[in-house]
Amino acid sequence: MVTSGWKVGTVTATRTQTPTGRSIDLAVPGWPGNVAGQHVDVRLTAPDGYRAVRSYSLASSGPGESIQLAVDRLPEGEVSPYLVDDLRPGDQLEFRGPLGGWFVWRPEQVENVQLIGGGSGVVPLVAMVRSHAAGGSAAKFRLLYSVRAPEDAFFADELAALANDTFELTWAYTRTVPAGWPTPPGRVNRELVERVTFAPSPNLMTFICGPTGFVEAVSNILVDTGHDPARVKTERFGGA
Amino acid sequence: MPANLDGNVLAGPLSEVFQFDSTTALVECMHCGDVKVFAVAQVWEDPMGLVARCSTCAEVLMTVVETATGTVIELRGIASLRVQSEAVAD
Repeated sequence: MVTSGWKVGTVTATRTQTPTGRSIDLAVPGWPGNVAGQHVDVRLTAPDGYRAVRSYSLASSGPGESIQLAVDRLPEGEVSPYLVDDLRPGDQLEFRGPLGGWFVWRPEQVENVQLIGGGSGVVPLVAMVRSHAAGGSAAKFRLLYSVRAPEDAFFADELAALANDTFELTWAYTRTVPAGWPTPPGRVNRELVERVTFAPSPNLMTFICGPTGFVEAVSNILVDTGHDPARVKTERFGGA
Repeated sequence: MPANLDGNVLAGPLSEVFQFDSTTALVECMHCGDVKVFAVAQVWEDPMGLVARCSTCAEVLMTVVETATGTVIELRGIASLRVQSEAVAD
């Protein structure tokens, strides 16, 4: 007998994060807990039986039977418009997970960590920042978070509040900057990377997550500036 | 053109078939001999399913199709698959 990994969670809360995205809290009886950076596959089934499956990173980690996703609505998406616009507290959602043991950070890891996120690609990195803060880890964390405009940032207030001696947060705005921002908007480039991220080191692990083009561009910059490709972990979610 | 996705997305579909975490498994490409964790494979989403290609030589490593009745995997370009224990998964 083959047991499939599909589970059912019940939505307990949703919260608007950006003009096109929101976080979704789910109660999942029997959830085994998860490591920061893992994802789930969400499955929707239409009345005619048609099914669509998409992967979404968990913003939550650790033990417990509640999990949190954060989802950005893709205009042509088959799954994300339902998750962002229609799903309500009390609704049930089918998914499998926790999934993936490579793009993860564990609290017992001691090396410094550079996180680089684009748009909703920050979600697994938020799980890592939260896990780092909760565990009192001595590892130093930095997050470079690229968004189109200030209002497009997921978990902006929480990330800002977590910044301290061991967690440094840098914003990169690609289209619109806040009033009084010292630099014009622009894509993450080599100059910015060299100025605000950790220098190459065997005592460093880097995680990059975002749209495919963003991940390719940033990981190329890192390798070009001397980072060991084996210490640069990437996760792409397609999209623009 | 960059790949649409990467091997991280295979974790779910392959969990239906394998007990181990596929993203940390070391895959040896049958075409170029390169050995890398599956997470870094290039993955394209095809209407039929997922196509994983070697990130070094771009040859097809594997195709995965999930249907209503099960999962079909073609391992056409994989010479070997080494499953890592958690301790060395990084």
